[in-house]
Amino acid sequence: MSIQVWTYIMVGLTFGIYIFIAWSSRVKDTRGFYVAGGGVPPIANGLATAADWMSAASFISMAGLISFMGYQGCVYLMGWTGGYVLLALLLAPYLRKFGKFTVPDFVGDRYYSTAARIVALVCAIFVSLTYVAGQMRGVGIVFSRFLGVDVTTGVVIGMFIVFFYAGLGGMKGITWTQVAQYITLIIAFLIPAVAISMKVTGNPIPQLGFGGTIAQGQDAGQYLMETLNKISTDLGFAEYTSAFGAGQKSMLDVFAMTFALMVGTAGLPHVIIRFYTVPSVRAARLSAGYALLFIAILYTTAPAVAGFARYNMIKTVNNVPYAEAPSWFKNWEETGLVAWMDKNGDGIIEYRAGAAFQGKPEFTGAKGAMGQLELANAPTDSPNELYVDRDIMVLANPEIAKLPAWVIALVAAGGLAAALSTASGLLLVIASSISHDLYYRVINRQASEKQRLLLGRIMIGVAVVIAGYFGINPPGFVAQVVALAFGLGASSFFPILVLGVFWKRANREGAIAGMICGIGFTMLYIIQTKFLGVKPWFFSISPEGIGAVGMVINFIVTIVVSKLTAPPPDDIQELVDSVRIPRGAGAAVDH
Amino acid sequence: MAKDLKAYWRRNVRYMIVLLSIWFLVSYVCGILLVEPLNTIHIAGFPLGFWFAQQGAIYVFVALIFVYFFLMSRLDREFDVHE
Repeated sequence: MSIQVWTYIMVGLTFGIYIFIAWSSRVKDTRGFYVAGGGVPPIANGLATAADWMSAASFISMAGLISFMGYQGCVYLMGWTGGYVLLALLLAPYLRKFGKFTVPDFVGDRYYSTAARIVALVCAIFVSLTYVAGQMRGVGIVFSRFLGVDVTTGVVIGMFIVFFYAGLGGMKGITWTQVAQYITLIIAFLIPAVAISMKVTGNPIPQLGFGGTIAQGQDAGQYLMETLNKISTDLGFAEYTSAFGAGQKSMLDVFAMTFALMVGTAGLPHVIIRFYTVPSVRAARLSAGYALLFIAILYTTAPAVAGFARYNMIKTVNNVPYAEAPSWFKNWEETGLVAWMDKNGDGIIEYRAGAAFQGKPEFTGAKGAMGQLELANAPTDSPNELYVDRDIMVLANPEIAKLPAWVIALVAAGGLAAALSTASGLLLVIASSISHDLYYRVINRQASEKQRLLLGRIMIGVAVVIAGYFGINPPGFVAQVVALAFGLGASSFFPILVLGVFWKRANREGAIAGMICGIGFTMLYIIQTKFLGVKPWFFSISPEGIGAVGMVINFIVTIVVSKLTAPPPDDIQELVDSVRIPRGAGAAVDH
Repeated sequence: MAKDLKAYWRRNVRYMIVLLSIWFLVSYVCGILLVEPLNTIHIAGFPLGFWFAQQGAIYVFVALIFVYFFLMSRLDREFDVHE
């Protein structure tokens, strides 16, 4: 059977499962809608958190980014896992004990202020919208390549599916669908990784094969790492494992980016609310452990995949005549994610350091002498002739390694699972921020259960449409857009949540000022450097890392302003005491 | 009771500081600050600093959360604040 037929089967089957689960777990009350009834077992919550949080960026883009960045890919690897340690030790148990529905709930109650609640819910919506845009772009990429439909149709199909299960089942539907999505995405990630590890190194465990020796070909018997270093320097790149060479980010920047991603992970509202769904404080601690364990399975495999992919790609394409290029190369050329410009007219694909031409590939529609798609772009001076979009490294990997058609189809289903699970978690945050935090807690305290549920479902619909718009008109690289959401998460929530638990003296005035200054600085810097062409002016820290500085600003402002103003009232100090002890957590309630 | 709570909280914070120090050591110190000197040491085909940055730190992170879970479960029972 062809790849196309297999893909329809795999995607159809997994979507059928998601819809079935959603239908079986449809809810009629707000407790079910916002916190899945509060009785999710820790291991299931761990699976759901892992799927919720491993996005299109983790599944599709990350290994590709690492493949091109070498050592510096550690920014994503450590950044997106280390945050769970902060989450487990500093936030999850206490927020669970607090036991309301959302993050703005905690901020509003702990800082006894409607204004603080509104600032928090604006931050939550902003972070979630930025992030969901990246997910929908991921859905678009997968659909256009594997289902042969255009991106718009693909995104619309994705929108209907997410709306169906998030709107129907709320948090309950999302939780159990995410469990199924985790299983889909991890199988889809591991099967090609294991097969490729076997092929390149003869070791079925990618984490070990990565450090092993190459099994066959002209490099047989050499360590993969050393070979990669050698190939990279021969082609004019920095060594794969070297840390801070020319053309790479500085140590300070790597430090800041890792920090921003870690703290951002711990401050992302769709991750935090998952810890409201478990039955106890102990279960919250345990489910953070499970979540990271399940995440680590993918995150320790990804750098191995990155290494294998880089080796395979260079070996199968570089210095190969276009006429003899492998079939995956020509398949992906049609999507515009791979392009070749025969600068010296010798018909041989030459891959070197530097950009092959300016901007993204724009095909003229004509075919060149060798049958390659001709480009309208202006060539650069570098000897490099090859353009490879980072996003294809995972998606094309099974084809590069010549795995069977069903594996390629499975990867498509896995990519969709990763994108859709994260999108649904984010949509729920947006819907609950508006229907619960804004409408019920601020505007109309008399709203009936039924009205609030209806509004929640309507808001999911509205958010789906906005997210779909971004999917059709993508704002940029998946992983980069997502990195910005992390910066915003780091600079808004994390400091005031931590201070809210660990420093009784933190008060309303401090929290409001801290959040506004933190997120204000971070947004200003990102807009300046990303959109207005300003050079990174704060110690050359890149926009992805600036959230770390925004976080420090938030901490300082919150502490200073709190010290200068009146201490919080006694009942708030009692609230802080009560969240510090596990006993009496009970179920999450709203009142 | 109030005094007990203070002792419980102090122990919790102490666990946290120790575990977060390890968290900082494996990621920021071994994986970033000292990566170049560590890269001169090779173990099983990996330069050590690179290994910490792309693999090792993640394994330690997972272990840290489970250790915290077991320490806190014990502490909760010791101070009789468990559920």
